[in-house]
Amino acid sequence: MNVLNQIWDFFASVKLAIFTLCTLAVTSIIGTVVPQGEPAAYYVQNYGIKLARFIDVLDFSKMYYSWWFLGLLGLLSANLIICSIERLPRVWRLITADNGDVAAENLKKMTLSRTWTTTADQPPLSGDQCRKLLEEAGWKPAARKDRQGNLLFFSQKGRWSRLGVYFVHLSILVIFLGAIVGHFTGFKGSIMIPELNLAEKIFSSKNQSTIDLGFAIRCNSFAIDFYKNGMPKEYQSSLTVIEDGKEVFTKTIEVNSPLQYRGITFYQSSYQGYKDFIFTITDESDGDAKTFSVPFQKQFTWQDKQVRFGVVNAEALGQRVTRSKIWFKYGDSPAVSKWLDDNTTEVFDVGTGRFAVSVKQMYATGLQVAKDPGVWIVYLGCLLMLLGLYMAFFMSHKKIWLHFSEKNHSSELILAGSVNKNRFSFTSQFEKIEEHIDKNVTT
Amino acid sequence: MESSQLLGITTLTYLLATLLYVALLVFKAPQLGKFATVFTFIAWLVQTVGIGLRWVESYQLGIGHAPLTNMYESVVFFAWTIAIVYLIIEWKVKTKVIGAFAMPFAFLAMAYASFSTDISKTISPLVPALQSNWLIAHVVTCFVGYAAFAIAAGLGVMYLLKKDDGEKTSFLATRFPEKRVLDDITHKTMVFGFIWLSAGIITGAVWANSAWGTYWSWDPKETWSLITWFFYALTLHARYTRGWAGKPIALLSIFGFISVLFTYYGVNFLLSGLHSYGSG
Ligand code: HEM
Repeated sequence: MNVLNQIWDFFASVKLAIFTLCTLAVTSIIGTVVPQGEPAAYYVQNYGIKLARFIDVLDFSKMYYSWWFLGLLGLLSANLIICSIERLPRVWRLITADNGDVAAENLKKMTLSRTWTTTADQPPLSGDQCRKLLEEAGWKPAARKDRQGNLLFFSQKGRWSRLGVYFVHLSILVIFLGAIVGHFTGFKGSIMIPELNLAEKIFSSKNQSTIDLGFAIRCNSFAIDFYKNGMPKEYQSSLTVIEDGKEVFTKTIEVNSPLQYRGITFYQSSYQGYKDFIFTITDESDGDAKTFSVPFQKQFTWQDKQVRFGVVNAEALGQRVTRSKIWFKYGDSPAVSKWLDDNTTEVFDVGTGRFAVSVKQMYATGLQVAKDPGVWIVYLGCLLMLLGLYMAFFMSHKKIWLHFSEKNHSSELILAGSVNKNRFSFTSQFEKIEEHIDKNVTT
Repeated sequence: MESSQLLGITTLTYLLATLLYVALLVFKAPQLGKFATVFTFIAWLVQTVGIGLRWVESYQLGIGHAPLTNMYESVVFFAWTIAIVYLIIEWKVKTKVIGAFAMPFAFLAMAYASFSTDISKTISPLVPALQSNWLIAHVVTCFVGYAAFAIAAGLGVMYLLKKDDGEKTSFLATRFPEKRVLDDITHKTMVFGFIWLSAGIITGAVWANSAWGTYWSWDPKETWSLITWFFYALTLHARYTRGWAGKPIALLSIFGFISVLFTYYGVNFLLSGLHSYGSG
């Protein structure tokens, strides 16, 4: 039993907490210096065979998920749990105990304590006056008789603040729980969807295996908006969720504004430009419109309308096409060709036909896909931590007593106060009440 | 008036305030203390207007965003938070000599922002990932924490300079508050910083989740902020539960600030990651 006790004490000790926090802080540095998640060959190349083996054995290449780092986090959790089990009952008693039950001589011994004695010819304060004094200072005194039958007013504030530290400690466990739930029930992945295409599966970022979404997501269009200086201003994808062949809804997503469906979130993360073009052609005579994706310098035909078209030339800034030269032919009329800025519409009058043609470079939108049912637990933990920190540092458990007794033609008034921290501000509150009583009592 | 002129005036006024605080310490002339406080406050007001104006200017350029988005703007904001956090401490503890150890940080930050050639002062547009209200919450919370840690380190230095009664102490240090008081303010300032750093890490995580779907990705800057957080957590425990006080806490406040500086500044230049300040 003795050994068990020792083990228990070891896990309950703050020494262990300091050791663990220190070790976590120091070892965490490793992963910021050694690049994470590279293939084994990278480490051999950059660190030499010997060091690379060392890195491999200690999992430095993915150290924040290594057995020993997770072990340290586990140790921290065990420490937190056992330390709290050890201390909470005592704290609970401090909170729920009858804190008012203190004898007069003990009140006099408190650090914050003051006694007034009034002689027989001075009228003493009445019970009501005592109560009012405390009420005016913002307390809600409850009257009681002490063991000698004397009148005692007691009031306390902020006793629950004693739980603040435990909320902070619990919050760390809640955050860990959220991370674990997310790890086992969620996934992270990504997918590139070319415009007009749809995807029902994504690629897991863990191992590139495919994950079935259970519905399909279609990229209707992708666009980049630029600042005047050429920097990208916003990436936007119009996405449609399709389930059982039916379109459920459409949303335009941007960075910082994802789409969410059935607990799965789609984030705008990257894009890829193609050498293909998206044509949207409207026959102005009857309003028929159709969209095509057309490879560069390939001729394409809209059978129903006897229309043939293609991109014969294009100008690009890097990967981004700025304008393209369209070749357009209707029936037997002679072909027309024109330069069009990317993503603009122009009307082509060809023989008897009149067509509105818009053309843009084809993109694929790169989406980050995540399902993380644990994230709300993590957020709850974060809130709990902030609440706990506030309680631990800005609130305190304050107690105040006013004891009133009469003996041998004189009466005695004892004011006493105690606080578990932030003594300074409580002292000034206490002194205010003292002054107040000074004004009302002549000794 | 342009924001850059106002911020230039701010730099000089912070220098003046710093010199006044040092003079107050050396010559022990209480009138100087009033001037020092007044100049600090004026500098802070001018800086507030300067930062506000920069915000307006960004809208005039058609790329409106809060002035908290690159290295230059963040260093300016750092100085701003140091000044206001210091003024609050001065008002609370009614001791002016601390200014001689706090305001140099505000001045140095402004001087670095103004004169360094490493960092660009132009108002530049925001890449898509930075266009989020969480950016403001994240930067503000982090920097209030950093400012508190800077001042705590200044207080730690004061503590170390002050010798115990009876030991030979330099005449300047005799004008510091008592060791017991210094120790207490250092601790409180660190606690204050710790709360804000916690909030800063949390707002950063929420933001990352709304932009990428991952609230924590162990990017070097995130990791360093966590290292700093662990460090201050262990300092609080060492003090609260193991009774460490005085010299060890003073030393920890200085080491903690070194970790803050590395998180804020070193990571950008020595390590690579998601955070964009390095590129500014
Ligand atoms: C990252 C992890 C931790 C954080 C953020 C944290 C946070 C805190 C905070 C803010 C306080 C209040 C300190 C004060 O009032 O000055 C505290 C107190 C305390 N912590 Fe932790 N803590 C952590 C880990 C631990 C662990 C692992 C233990 C295990 C033994 C522990 C044991 C204690 C104890 C015993 C107290 C004093 C409680 C009291 O008021 O009686 N802490 N902690």
